[in-house]
Amino acid sequence: MANRREFLKKTAVFTASALVIRSPSLYAQWPADDFAPHLLDEGIANKEIIDTDKIEIKLPKIAEKDAAITITVTSSLEHIQNIAIFVEKNPIPLVAKFNLSPELDAFVSARLKMTETSNVIVLVKTYDGLYRAKEQVKIILGGCGI
Amino acid sequence: MSSIKIRSKRLKESTQIRILISHPMEHGNNQDKITNQLILAHFIRILTVTCNHKVVVSCEMGDSTPKDPYLAFMLKHGKTGDKITVNWLDNLGHTITHNFPQCGTVR
Repeated sequence: MANRREFLKKTAVFTASALVIRSPSLYAQWPADDFAPHLLDEGIANKEIIDTDKIEIKLPKIAEKDAAITITVTSSLEHIQNIAIFVEKNPIPLVAKFNLSPELDAFVSARLKMTETSNVIVLVKTYDGLYRAKEQVKIILGGCGI
Repeated sequence: MSSIKIRSKRLKESTQIRILISHPMEHGNNQDKITNQLILAHFIRILTVTCNHKVVVSCEMGDSTPKDPYLAFMLKHGKTGDKITVNWLDNLGHTITHNFPQCGTVR
């Protein structure tokens, strides 16, 4: 009897651990540090960043406050690891970070919210280093400009 | 009704995948207009897209993503019948996985 009990116990533990390991929520951990309010000032300041024109950002020039703004990022850089989108003056600058696998083209489209006129910064991390591109979006009440 | 909508489009050399998720994406600083209380933060933290059981993109999102997030990616050499899975996890621990077996077809 003791053997059977032991066996059952072990199988239960094994299945439970297998389920935990397989669960997709463990693919990646959400990095709370990256979503800190002053990341742009502190976290990036001491890193070497190259400004490049190989990153193309498509954004509207004028937008309404808190409306969803579509951003499209394309790049001709090679060996891209991840693409991060920041809005400089948002309370939490990091909008989203995409970890791209080699099976994807360097193309990402997403939507973001902005509270005031500011620069949208795109940081692309490749195996060679960090690359940056900027674009300004004007926020106007009502979204109608000249 | 499904909370994730996905559309794919065959382009010359790649397949465009567009994803629309219905989610409130509350960042916790908004006030309820009637009760004047803060609305509880509720937003998607991690989204993963897999193609044929391989993780293609994992995306970490924060406060600045608006309600009902929309995302688009470009898959190299997509084929008809590729299996796409979209999975998200939010800050309250809810998670949803959707399988799209017929993705990659020309529509």
